[in-house]
Amino acid sequence: MAVAVHGLSRWAIPLLLLGVTTWGLSRKVPVYESFVEGAKEGWQTAVRVLPYLVGMLVAIQVFQHSGALAQLIRLLSPLVNRLGFPPEALPLALVRPISGSGSLALLAQVFETYGADSFIGRLASTIMGSTETSLYVLTVYAGAVGIKRTRHTLATVLLTDLVAVITAFYVTLYFFA
Amino acid sequence: MINYIWFFMILAGVITAASKGQIHLVTEGVLKGSEQAVVVAAGLIGIVSFWSGVMRIAQEGGLTRALARLLGPLARRLFPKVPAEHPAMGALLAAMSANILGLGNACTPLGLKAMGQLQALNRDKDTASDAMCTFMAITASSLTVIPTTIIALRLTHGSLVPTDIIGPIAVTTFCSTVVALVLDAVLRRLSRRRVLPWL
Repeated sequence: MAVAVHGLSRWAIPLLLLGVTTWGLSRKVPVYESFVEGAKEGWQTAVRVLPYLVGMLVAIQVFQHSGALAQLIRLLSPLVNRLGFPPEALPLALVRPISGSGSLALLAQVFETYGADSFIGRLASTIMGSTETSLYVLTVYAGAVGIKRTRHTLATVLLTDLVAVITAFYVTLYFFA
Repeated sequence: MINYIWFFMILAGVITAASKGQIHLVTEGVLKGSEQAVVVAAGLIGIVSFWSGVMRIAQEGGLTRALARLLGPLARRLFPKVPAEHPAMGALLAAMSANILGLGNACTPLGLKAMGQLQALNRDKDTASDAMCTFMAITASSLTVIPTTIIALRLTHGSLVPTDIIGPIAVTTFCSTVVALVLDAVLRRLSRRRVLPWL
């Protein structure tokens, strides 16, 4: 199964690239010319998104690097513990929305400390797999088209993350306990 | 709301650093964050160019229209204000498909492409349209069905059954995506009626 999944993910993009170009040529699309035409957008997108990224990542780094995030985790740990949620998975749940690489590092750390097949390891895997770097998605997606006001979407996204973590806990319990 | 959260992160950072007597950590954070932003944005240049190019071929060949026709009924319900024949529909479906299949570095570029098409339909260029809000909400809720990175990481950390989390992840992902759609619809109405002024 793991091999099949791995094979699928390795082949997906090469096959997609081959498929789209083959389809295009068969429909008489000048594939190289239209590729270049489309690719012109990349530069603009990156330039447009930069101010949004600087704003968001500076705030996140100040919050993390100063130790404020660690402090928040220390404050919340006894609280979530009393609610029955394992506090060992709390750092991952809090870092996940703001940092993709950070949460991946935390996941690896959970695996090393508790084992990948432990309950905590499986819970952390489920949290990681069923959530996204939501604040990053919001920043980059809105920033790339110059949207300043995302209306209710930040609230939607953060509440969804909260629900996802709680759901992950109960689903993992159901599957493995 | 974003203004409050942004300010909270900075305020909490300054207070924490000051109380530890290590105020320089804030300055370091500023530098690290700015640098990281440039690295991320620069990293997007090439890959966004690439997928925008591929999407252009797919569009001119009518492939995105075919995809839109295939998945149209579902997409029309999710994005009722996007015309079914508009390229935005094809781009939205391509982005969501890439997310569902977990196509790693194709997801963000295709998502940005879809946002660009939606912006063309948007009347107020500073404010997200309904379709954008829905799209961002379900993307941020995670759509990935096959979590290849996590399986690989479990494998390297000695898991005996690295794939046994596929089931729980699929169930949780499905639930959270439904929740995202419901919250999007509910909060949109609440914010329009100004029931929650801080939104």
